[in-house]
This record gives sequence, C-alpha cells and structure tokens, in this order.
Amino acid sequence: MKGEITALATIVALTTGAGAIAFAADDWGKFQVEDRRSGYTYATAETQAMQDDEFANPAMLWVEHGEEAWNKVDGEAGKSCNSCHGNAAETMKTVGSTYPVFAKDIGKLENVEDRINRCRTDNMKAKAWKYDSQNMLGMVSYVKRQSLGQPMSVKIDGEAAPWFEKGKAFYTQRRGQLDMACSHCHVDNAGNMIRANTLSQGQGNGFPTYRLKWQKPGSLHRRFRGCNKQVRARPFKTGSDEYLALELYVMWRGRGLPVETPAVRN
Amino acid sequence: MQTKMSRRAYGSIALAGALTLAINVVWAETMKYEVVDGEAINAALTDQAGDAANGKKVFLNRKKGNCLACHVVSSLSDQPFHGEVGPPLDGVADRLSPGEMRLRVVNPKVVNADTIMPAFYRTDGFERVLKDFEGKPMLSAQEVEDVLAYLQTMKE
Ligand code: HEC
Ligand code: HEC
Ligand code: HEC
Repeated sequence: MKGEITALATIVALTTGAGAIAFAADDWGKFQVEDRRSGYTYATAETQAMQDDEFANPAMLWVEHGEEAWNKVDGEAGKSCNSCHGNAAETMKTVGSTYPVFAKDIGKLENVEDRINRCRTDNMKAKAWKYDSQNMLGMVSYVKRQSLGQPMSVKIDGEAAPWFEKGKAFYTQRRGQLDMACSHCHVDNAGNMIRANTLSQGQGNGFPTYRLKWQKPGSLHRRFRGCNKQVRARPFKTGSDEYLALELYVMWRGRGLPVETPAVRN
Repeated sequence: MQTKMSRRAYGSIALAGALTLAINVVWAETMKYEVVDGEAINAALTDQAGDAANGKKVFLNRKKGNCLACHVVSSLSDQPFHGEVGPPLDGVADRLSPGEMRLRVVNPKVVNADTIMPAFYRTDGFERVLKDFEGKPMLSAQEVEDVLAYLQTMKE
C-alpha cells in the first residue's frame, strides 16, 4: 500500500515534470487518455479487482434489478421500457457515453435520470422515480452498462454551450467555509493524499458508482453533494440545473475515458 | 473587546447600508487585525498568551484545524493519515516568523490568492456556507493563538 502510493506520486511528479513528453509507462491502458485518468487508476488493487469481476462487483445486483424492471409493464399506458425500446444492448448503446444532452423538445439539458423519468411519466403514464432510489439507480446502471467500455464523448457546442460554460464556472468557484473549488482538489492535487484519501481527478465515467463507504451505488449528483458538503458548502438538489451543468462539464473533462458503470470506489 | 466588536459592526453598516443585520453580526465576530506589508500579522489576536498544548489538540481535531489533512508533521508520526497537499511543517518556525505564521493561519489568501488552504479566521467573502457554519470563523481568536504557540514548537 505504502509502496503503491509512493509509486503513484512518482508517476504524477514525472508526468507533470515531463510536460509534453509522453509518459512512458502506459500502465493504465484504457483507463488513461492523455493526461486524463479514471478514478480506477487511483483505487487499490482490491477495489479494482472487485470492479473488474462481474460476480464480485456488488453493484451488478442493481444492474440486474434494472434489467428486470426494463421488461416489466408499469403505469396506465400498460407498457414496459422494452415495449418501445426493445433490446437495450442495441437501442441504449450510446446513451452512457453521450449524456447529458440538450433535449430540444423540453428546451434544456437532460441526463439519463431525467430522460428515464420523462419516459415514465409521459410515455408510460407511470410515477417518476426519485434520484438514488433503488429503481432509479438500477435503471440508470442498466442503461449506462450498455455503453461499457465506450469512450465518453458529450456534446458541448450548440445549445449545450451555455450549460457547459455554467458547469465550467461552477468547477472553479470557491465554496463553503473551507473556501475550496472542485479544481483545488481534483485538478491541482490529483494524486496527492488528503488525510486518508488519494485524491483522483474526480471523473464521472463510472457512475452510478458503488461506494464501499456507502455500501451501495450512488448517483453522480449525490457525489457532488458530498463534495460540496465536505467543504461546508450548501449543496444543490440532485437533478438541479446547477448540477446538470456541472455533470456536463465533468463528463467533458473525462472525454475519451471508457464508461465503467458500475464502477467501485472507496 | 466588547466596544471593539460593536465599533466594527457600526463600521460595516456605514460602509454598506444595504447589508442585512445578519451580515453585520457576522462581521462583528472576527477581531480587527493589521497585515504588515502583505506578509505578517505581528500583533496577537488576543491578550491571553497561546497555549501550545491546547493548540496541538486544535491542530489535530478533524472538526477544527484538521491540519494533518494536508500537512506532514514528523513529530506526530503516531497519528495516522498525514496529507501531502501542503508542505511538511517540520521546522516551520525556523522558516517563518510568528507574524508570518499568524497570517498564514488567519487568511493565507493574502499571501497566495490561489491557495487551497482554508482561512481559519475569516467570516466574509464566502459562497454558500452551510447554515451551521455561517458567519463563524473556523477557529476562535484564542484557538488561532493556541495553534500558533504549537507551531512555535516546530523547530529543527
Ligand atoms: C411509449 C414508448 C416508450 C416507453 C414505454 C419508454 N420510452 Fe424511452 N423513449 C421513447 C421515445 C419516443 C424516446 C425519444 C427517442 C428519440 O428522441 O430518438 C425515448 C428515449 C429514451 C432514452 C434516450 C435514448 C437516446 O438515445 O437518447 C432513454 C435512455 C429512454 N428512453 C429510456 C427509457 C426507459 C428506461 C424506459 C422504461 C422505464 C422507457 N424509456 C420507456 C419512448 C418510450
Ligand atoms: C477537499 C477536496 C475536494 C473538493 C473541493 C472536491 N472533492 Fe470531489 N472528491 C474528493 C475526495 C476525497 C473524493 C474521493 C477520492 C477521489 O476520487 O478523489 C472525491 C471524489 C469525487 C468524484 C468521484 C470520482 C470517482 O472516480 O468516482 C467526483 C465525480 C467528484 N469528487 C467531483 C467533485 C466536484 C464536481 C467537486 C466540486 C463541486 C468536488 N469533487 C470537490 C475531494 C474533493
Ligand atoms: C486543504 C489543505 C490544507 C489545510 C487543511 C491546511 N493547510 Fe496549511 N498549507 C496548505 C498549502 C497548500 C500550503 C502551501 C502554501 C500555499 O498554498 O500558499 C500551506 C502552507 C502552510 C504554512 C506555511 C508553510 C511554509 O513552509 O511556508 C503553514 C504555517 C500552514 N500551512 C499551517 C497550517 C495549519 C496550522 C493548519 C491547520 C490549522 C493548516 N495549515 C491547514 C494546505 C493546507
């Protein structure tokens, strides 16, 4: 463990010091694209192994729950997701790597959670699911799982541009009594230990992510709330416009990294 | 102390009439201090001398200083999880004067506007502070002086 951390620190020092010179040890394979590294590369070997093995990955239970719900009729329209979308492996293949997107018909940015709820309320005449409820976590995990391994590539131009700019500004805005911005920890100090944690780049490519600390998966917005609260800042609501904009920016920061849903992290 | 605080409250009302009473009360909670050449706060914040033993407690307490979250201190190697975000504080009292250290604990942004290190004795200019902490400095003036007394012991 100690050796690993020192090794990591050396690599970080090397990459930042070497500037343009490509960093020789491409140990991280697909989990690194240019200077962008998945949270996977900062996790312990045990945690990585847990994520890699479908049978050991505790979040696969939620994916299975989502798969069951996909085929279950719900709501007054008498439909299931499957009635309209059929085989998720085909119809949902690009969702995990491209969301959030600007949805023209509602005139705003929409993430997978919101899109699912729109299908439930408008297309199925069923009740919306709450963020971080078992049903929502299960369905988002199942849908995003269909993009496993695909490079993240959100669209940030056109009507998405103002949302992107808002998210970018959020990222460098100091907040809370501790007066820190996301960038202080996840840009300036990625690779450094803060207390017992190695700071990662705070990438979003594995969400919903199973946190060992939570003993369950959580949404990206739940993670945002945690990161706001730990600097003693008032968090925004899950699903708020502020967090949607931030989600777009965070997903763009991870462009090219593979979708890992459901990732496992500390 | 009482008069000093109310004088400060009136001062801020005069400065910005539109500010709410809440904010004035907030501002009244930190004592005035003078920064010399952008480098140091030479005068102590309180009349009572700092207590190094209590300063060590504040330094370690995760809800107060939590200084080890970012700094390595070799003499505290019995404590787990020293962070590496900031420089090791070993021998810091040889490098910095008491006044320079005071400024770095009170408001390090005066020295480096981009620093990640929190200001431990400041209440204004923050964004969306959680209600429980609104208008309160992270440490009291006496706790700052106690931490400084503890930092004074870090000589090599
Ligand atoms: C009555 C038909 C219908 C049902 C039932 C339905 N949807 Fe949809 N869904 C749609 C339509 C129509 C679209 C928009 C397609 C488009 O814009 O190309 C859509 C779009 C989506 C998208 C975005 C796809 C993309 O490529 O951007 C997702 C994700 C989605 N639905 C998930 C679900 C889930 C999960 C369920 C079940 C809880 C569900 N839908 C139920 C009709 C339905
Ligand atoms: C005080 C430091 C700190 C600040 C400021 C901070 N975070 Fe974090 N964040 C952490 C820690 C610690 C973790 C868990 C370890 C890791 O992945 O870095 C984490 C994890 C994350 C993760 C999960 C990464 C993964 O691989 O699963 C995301 C996403 C994230 N943060 C986003 C943000 C955003 C967005 C902000 C600004 C609103 C922010 N963080 C502010 C400390 C911070
Ligand atoms: C979030 C991380 C963080 C925390 C928490 C933190 N510091 Fe710092 N500290 C730093 C960084 C980074 C520097 C380097 C200077 C800079 O960024 O401007 C620093 C610099 C210092 C210095 C100057 C050291 C030198 O050699 O110049 C002192 C003294 C100091 N810190 C004391 C403290 C004390 C005392 C506490 C707790 C009350 C504390 N710090 C908490 C990050 C932190």
